[in-house]
Amino acid sequence: MTSIEEKFEESKRLGLQIVKESEEDRLMTLSVGPQHPGSGHFRFVIKVDGDYIVYCDPDPGYVHRGEEKMCEYRNVIQNIPHLERPVIHDSANITYSYSLAVEELVGIEVPRRGQFIRAIASELNRQVYTLYWLAIYGIFLGHSTMFMWPTGDREVIIDLLEALTGARVTHAFNIPGGVRNDMPEGFRDRCLSQIRYLQKRFKEYEDIFYNNPLFRQRTEGVAVLSKEDAIKLGVTGSVVRASSVPFDVRKAEPYDIYNEIDFKVQYMKTGDCFARSYVPLLDMQESCYIIEQLLDKMPASGEVRAKLQPNPKGPPGESYRRVESGRGALGYYIVSDGTPKPYRVKISVGSFRNMLALPYLLVGKRLADMPAVYWSLNYWPVEADR
Amino acid sequence: MSANNKEELNKLAAGSQTKHSSSTSDETAQEQPPSSSTQPKQLPAKPSPPSATAAASAATTTTTPKPSLASSPAKTQPEPPPFEKGLVEQLKNKFGDIVKVVFIKPLRIKIQVEPQDIVGVASFLRDSMGFDHAESVAGTDYPKDNQIEVVYHLGSYSREELAAHILWLTARTNKDDARLPTLINIYKSVEYHERECYEMLGVYFEGHPRNERFLLPEDWADIPPLRKDFRIKGR
Repeated sequence: MTSIEEKFEESKRLGLQIVKESEEDRLMTLSVGPQHPGSGHFRFVIKVDGDYIVYCDPDPGYVHRGEEKMCEYRNVIQNIPHLERPVIHDSANITYSYSLAVEELVGIEVPRRGQFIRAIASELNRQVYTLYWLAIYGIFLGHSTMFMWPTGDREVIIDLLEALTGARVTHAFNIPGGVRNDMPEGFRDRCLSQIRYLQKRFKEYEDIFYNNPLFRQRTEGVAVLSKEDAIKLGVTGSVVRASSVPFDVRKAEPYDIYNEIDFKVQYMKTGDCFARSYVPLLDMQESCYIIEQLLDKMPASGEVRAKLQPNPKGPPGESYRRVESGRGALGYYIVSDGTPKPYRVKISVGSFRNMLALPYLLVGKRLADMPAVYWSLNYWPVEADR
Repeated sequence: MSANNKEELNKLAAGSQTKHSSSTSDETAQEQPPSSSTQPKQLPAKPSPPSATAAASAATTTTTPKPSLASSPAKTQPEPPPFEKGLVEQLKNKFGDIVKVVFIKPLRIKIQVEPQDIVGVASFLRDSMGFDHAESVAGTDYPKDNQIEVVYHLGSYSREELAAHILWLTARTNKDDARLPTLINIYKSVEYHERECYEMLGVYFEGHPRNERFLLPEDWADIPPLRKDFRIKGR
């Protein structure tokens, strides 16, 4: 056993310098990630003073795939499968806004039944994403039941989507011109019964998770994002709706048949972590009503896909179309020079926009609040990196 | 596109009008009826098939010329929707020839300014017109003109009647010395977008605190990858 004095002597003998503690040394730099449980590959560097976070710098890019550059080498149809990879749980919504942008450029009119089916697919898909997100939020806060339940209930919708599209997660179902195939026989009844089941389950989620005093204490009043700041930071989706901005692309700029659907934009006024985690559940409940209406109002038969030329191309032009995805507004900006391949594709994703709120909200909070704040931002690293 | 389909579209257009005015707040619907009645169906109805334009309502039935590529700023749309036209006139009254209108489409306006004017125009857009955040900042390389175009897609949360609108504020810069003034002091939301634009297209944003690598690998030692002279290996 060597005493401290002996250690000092030893280090002097070795020519090591002993420095005094400075103000800078009080701060400890932590690198959170890139292998972070549940979140995908994302890293942020934080500095803590005691257990207060005083500095935060996001460092994305670990799953950057160059989607935008890849788009320039493929024609508009070939682009579909790789574009939906960033969020495989929400692939229908990603291809939805891509399809809208391409349709505007090429000039395709989508048959009415096709519009309904792709709206159903994307509503279901948004629920798959949100359930997955919710499961991870549960496990982030140490609530393992909330990890099991949504993960299990997610399978219900995945089975529905498998019956509809033929694939469990990456469907490549919404394509320019409509959807790939018609609904299978008996899908309507099956879908309605599963929706009822989910509505029942959402109530149970509230009981076990949202009304859990532990969860409430960890989220209520934590990391409040005021309305002014939410607007200034340009965040989107459930984050901005939690800060009393009732913005939903389906209502603000209704695409396809959403102007025939009667639904409310769910929003909350507190702007804390609890609101940001509760708004997605309200959205899912609203989405169930939307699906019921879509199933009721859709035409009984008809085409589901417009005929496309083999290598679709339109006149030179630009388009920017967006849809409401699980993480907020998802926009595609496509520049076409008249050839079948896009000249430039820019994907404006909700995750990338919401990331700006992370340093803003984390600074000044305790380290233990970090998971609750981080995952409440509805951030999907792979999507932000593209 | 059979006759059957056209009927359905007509029905849809009629249905959408009534439904929409009931579902959104009444004052918005009355203030600008053309914009609310022509919302979703019209955007895809731009190009050639005449059935599509017939199905859409009256506002843009005569739009025969195609919008040209971004490089040529020209007023191609003879009859823009009145609300969008009003917005553009507001800009024109303030700035005159500084603001070049590239096109006016339903819900989408594209304007182009010189780099030295972009800060002034952006602060007017934010303070007087209500475009309060940027959805994305996209850069496009045009090697033929030896220029890079940067597009700010501006949206609005605070003005309800602007919620569906996106204003494209663009500026072009020379590719050899690509520099633009940053808009970070006007739109906080462009911080990461501009940083991404810097690393992907090499546009240096003057006044931006961090023109640094963001998404690319730390040891990236090549030209900015979204420029057209960057080739993917093996292609």
